[in-house]
Amino acid sequence: MFSFVRRRMYTSALPLIIVLLGVFLLARLTGDPTSLYLPESATEAQREAFAQKNGFDQPMLTQLGDYFTGVLHLDFGTSLRTGESASEMAFRAFPATLQLAFTTMLLAIVGAIVIGCWAAYRPNSLADRFSSLLSMTAASIPDFWFAITGVWLFAVLLGVLPTSGTDGPLAWILPIATLMIRPLGVLTQVVRGAMVSALSAPYVRLARSKGAGDLRVVTHHALRNAAAPALTVAGDLAVGLINGAVVVEAIFGWPGIGKLMIDAILQRDFAVLQAAVLLTAVSIFVLNIAIDACYALLDARVREPARV
Amino acid sequence: MSTQLDLVPVKPTTAIVGAASTRKSSRAVWFRLLANDRVAACAAAILALVLLTALFGPILMGHVATSIDLDNSNQAPFTLAHGWANVLGTDPLGRSMLARLIVASRTTLSVAIPAVVISAVIGSLIGMWAGFYRGWRETLAMRVADVIMSFPSLLLAVVVLYVFSPSAANIVAVLALTRIPVYLRTARAESAELQSRLFVDAARTFGASATSIITRHVLPIVLPTLLTVATLDFCYVMLAESSLSFLGIGIQPPDVSWGLMVAQGRTYLNSAWWLSFFPGLAIVITTVSATILAAWARIATDPGQRWRLTVPQKRLSRFAKTTKALS
Repeated sequence: MFSFVRRRMYTSALPLIIVLLGVFLLARLTGDPTSLYLPESATEAQREAFAQKNGFDQPMLTQLGDYFTGVLHLDFGTSLRTGESASEMAFRAFPATLQLAFTTMLLAIVGAIVIGCWAAYRPNSLADRFSSLLSMTAASIPDFWFAITGVWLFAVLLGVLPTSGTDGPLAWILPIATLMIRPLGVLTQVVRGAMVSALSAPYVRLARSKGAGDLRVVTHHALRNAAAPALTVAGDLAVGLINGAVVVEAIFGWPGIGKLMIDAILQRDFAVLQAAVLLTAVSIFVLNIAIDACYALLDARVREPARV
Repeated sequence: MSTQLDLVPVKPTTAIVGAASTRKSSRAVWFRLLANDRVAACAAAILALVLLTALFGPILMGHVATSIDLDNSNQAPFTLAHGWANVLGTDPLGRSMLARLIVASRTTLSVAIPAVVISAVIGSLIGMWAGFYRGWRETLAMRVADVIMSFPSLLLAVVVLYVFSPSAANIVAVLALTRIPVYLRTARAESAELQSRLFVDAARTFGASATSIITRHVLPIVLPTLLTVATLDFCYVMLAESSLSFLGIGIQPPDVSWGLMVAQGRTYLNSAWWLSFFPGLAIVITTVSATILAAWARIATDPGQRWRLTVPQKRLSRFAKTTKALS
């Protein structure tokens, strides 16, 4: 199993390295990096001093070396806005996003398993219709609009939920509901599909003929085999959750990494943006490894390197 | 090997045979299939209406959308008291919401359609090419697709649009780049599967070049699947553009897109809900239509399931009931 995870690590590390290189190259592609780091209102003297201080007058290879040393030391420079270390700001914002994403994923997975299993167990039932409605919603509702309509309905009209902020459990409802649309819809469809094929498999018929109860057949026999495809999709969705987190955090004023990124962009604070993007890329890398490890635990066939 | 050929699932290979002579009647068949499914026909009609609005609406309503009338600011919708153009209400500057929605539809579609077309063409070509040759070309293409896919698309857009100024062309480029892997993977899988088929072998034996095998034998079979994927992807790209515009790094004022209108209306949520509700509704209606049409296209292009669309809906549900009762 460890050899499997190690093998996957190399392939997952490639995107990470490309992101690192990409951020470096993008910052230099526009010609003058100072125009990227400094706000548009900076004076000529400020620009020169900044270029000198950060070594932008050095040859490209030296700059690349400095850049990688900086990344290894978690040193991305200081924020132009607050003067704080950019990586510290990113690390401070990170837990808020992580909490949000984790809760959302947990609820989405549980919800998808319940609705998906039910829909597969009783085709054409209410749950089946509900699951196709969910997947339709996931593909077609803009999350920012859902969030704003939710704020209008529950905060402005009814006044039961706060419009933004993080205090109290009530403040979590709208952000999580918004973030959940997509993962829940897609996952329900995947669980349903996998369960439909698992429930018609011979081992389920065998379990039934042994006299296993309906609930036991679903939870112990079918679901275990349906879990592997759902897990892969859940991993992709967790990566995609970053997309939603940016929007949701911007709307609800959630002090997470997504809001940090948008603020950094709107205030032209490249050092902070860089730190936030790289931190996100690293966490995606770790997530991919964790998913592969889970996958190997679930499915014995993956562990053995059968060449495909 | 010869027994295996029979086991390969049936694909619309007939589409190639005599395509020129039967094209007219096959188009009529498509129309009949569409007309039979009322929901899909509605979806297609809505999409056509949106497209026509985007094409001709700005010419007719362009001057209304920019005429400022501060006496009529933030008028509530659903009343004809302020003229028919203000039936969906007015914005804080007294401009007609309806006219602004119509003008915005052009911006939204002029980002979404080019992005889908560019990514579909590039992705499918590379995918078919990789699937045709296999070997290192395939590995390379798939690795690149993996790299792009493993990075959240919005994050990529955010970084690129920070470095390069957020213009419509740059948004199209970023969205196209992030969606290429979707087509690449689909086209590669189908193309690789086709390489073991008899007609491709025959074409090879006759000495057909790679280009002609890809365009004449692979493309016609892969095309229906790719079109379905593209219809579904249209939703994704539209939502992505709207998100970017909403966040302030997409379409920039004074241009207007549906996503930007939602963002602009957000400040007035307390007093004028229609400012951000209607543009969002326009997005939802368009994307729902595209999703329904994609679902229909998936059934219509699958010869194994196409019969479902030839049976009138009422009889189909009765048929479904009987099978349920039998099982």
